[in-house]
Amino acid sequence: MSTTSVPAVEGWFTTTAEPCLLGTRCTTCGTVFFPKASGFCRNPECRGREFDEVELSRTGTVWSYTDAQYQPPPPYIPPAGEHVPFAIAAVELAAEQMVILGQVADGYGVDDLAVGATVELVVEPLYEADGVEHLIYRWKPVSA
Amino acid sequence: MSAPESVAVLGVGMHEWGKWGRPFQDYGVDAALAALDDAGVAWSDVQFVAGGETVRNGYPGYVAAATITQALGWNGARVASCYAACASGVTALDAARARILAGLCDVALVVGADTTPKGFLAPVAGERWDDPDWLRFRLLGATNPTYFALYARRRMDLYGATDADFAKVKVKNARHGLHNPRARYRKEVTVEEVLGSPMVADPLRLLEICATSDGAAAVVLTSMGYARQHAGASSPVRIRAVSTVTPRFPNTVIEMPNFSTDSAAALAPPELTFRDSIAAGAYDEAGIGPDELSLAEVYDLSTALELDWYENIGLCKPGEAEKLLNDGDTTLGGRIPVNPSGGLACFGEAVPAQAIAQICEVTWQLRGRALGRQVEGATAGLTVNQGLFGHGSAVLLTT
Repeated sequence: MSTTSVPAVEGWFTTTAEPCLLGTRCTTCGTVFFPKASGFCRNPECRGREFDEVELSRTGTVWSYTDAQYQPPPPYIPPAGEHVPFAIAAVELAAEQMVILGQVADGYGVDDLAVGATVELVVEPLYEADGVEHLIYRWKPVSA
Repeated sequence: MSAPESVAVLGVGMHEWGKWGRPFQDYGVDAALAALDDAGVAWSDVQFVAGGETVRNGYPGYVAAATITQALGWNGARVASCYAACASGVTALDAARARILAGLCDVALVVGADTTPKGFLAPVAGERWDDPDWLRFRLLGATNPTYFALYARRRMDLYGATDADFAKVKVKNARHGLHNPRARYRKEVTVEEVLGSPMVADPLRLLEICATSDGAAAVVLTSMGYARQHAGASSPVRIRAVSTVTPRFPNTVIEMPNFSTDSAAALAPPELTFRDSIAAGAYDEAGIGPDELSLAEVYDLSTALELDWYENIGLCKPGEAEKLLNDGDTTLGGRIPVNPSGGLACFGEAVPAQAIAQICEVTWQLRGRALGRQVEGATAGLTVNQGLFGHGSAVLLTT
């Protein structure tokens, strides 16, 4: 790639060879938050105010899924050219006991997904602006 | 806590739903005047105006109650403008009801009105990196139908729901709304037509997702004492319970506009999901259960979501909604008709007006005056809806 790449949002995920989402964990009760929580723990039984940054599980199972057959309105920035439908999955992470929404990796559609199927986290270009490629985390089906 | 006193729904009024692009307060005044006329109450007698806000009409929309009060002609009434997304109307209603029950006023007007843009509801403009509603569009391209579709696909996987089941919800509601003079869409559709409409967010098609509409609805609420004195011998429809509950942590169902659920790693999930807790709050408050309902108006943002609501409000057990629909139980003439008005399928959504419109419909039903769509002998009705960012909304009304 000749273009520069930056995350489309700062501090939500790593861009290493095996990328992962970045969340926070309350040091008092252990509740995990994504996107990161800061300030106060949102567990009503906890008065924690301190958080550690944590890397979330790289794989999970599909809770449900859909796609976008029509181009979403702004502030969505479409990749160049005509709208290409993309899939979206809500993915359950076992250790964190939470569901996280993300686009599905390029080249995969709803026919490649099933509730309960395993997916892993990848990082791919979301859109390009002023010669800079903006990256986003995505869920990629893992072949059985 | 014992069941609270009733408040009276003395008058209801709606502007027709459609798409004209006029100022929202024009519709709001129309609905308000219709409700006042229906109640036989003079505008000068209204002591409190509660309005559902609209966020796409500039400053006048943020102060909707004041804007509509000014348009009706300042009368010195106290005002409150409420925002709770789709639940805004009931948040406004709750404020009016509480004021009446506290003895602070006898007559209140609750009104919601909107003018909506074409197409997907988009977030408010500007760069807002700390607003999940803005971020979900920017980072995921996740529209409102994205979330509706996740729930729909889940029903298919967990309960074996089919495309045809979902389409039948639209067919039913289209038939219900056929003779409703305030509905925007008054046309029968077939299962084939629904399934032949373009896919928007798999498995949901264009005819299965509600449109956005202009519209307005209003109710005149009064104390029971005022109603008796004013309306004489006739007994008004009564509000028995209002539920504006929020979720309990951890909320383990992904909700618009969020990127994630809460984590259940440290604290076990509550007994009821958020959506289950909304109607439960109203049943508890009124001491009336789902078996006693004559009808329900539920928020059918999508066909599949109406089926979720059957279960959330206790009409059947989880996984049984498709059977309830296919047996005709929720069709006019069935055991518990749902959305006799035609629902959002026939109206499209006018956000701050919609929850109030549900109350108008139940009121007409309980008065026996819902022409062409009357639930025979209706004595109790429930309205239910949910606004993004954790706003529940349910109202239980009886004769």
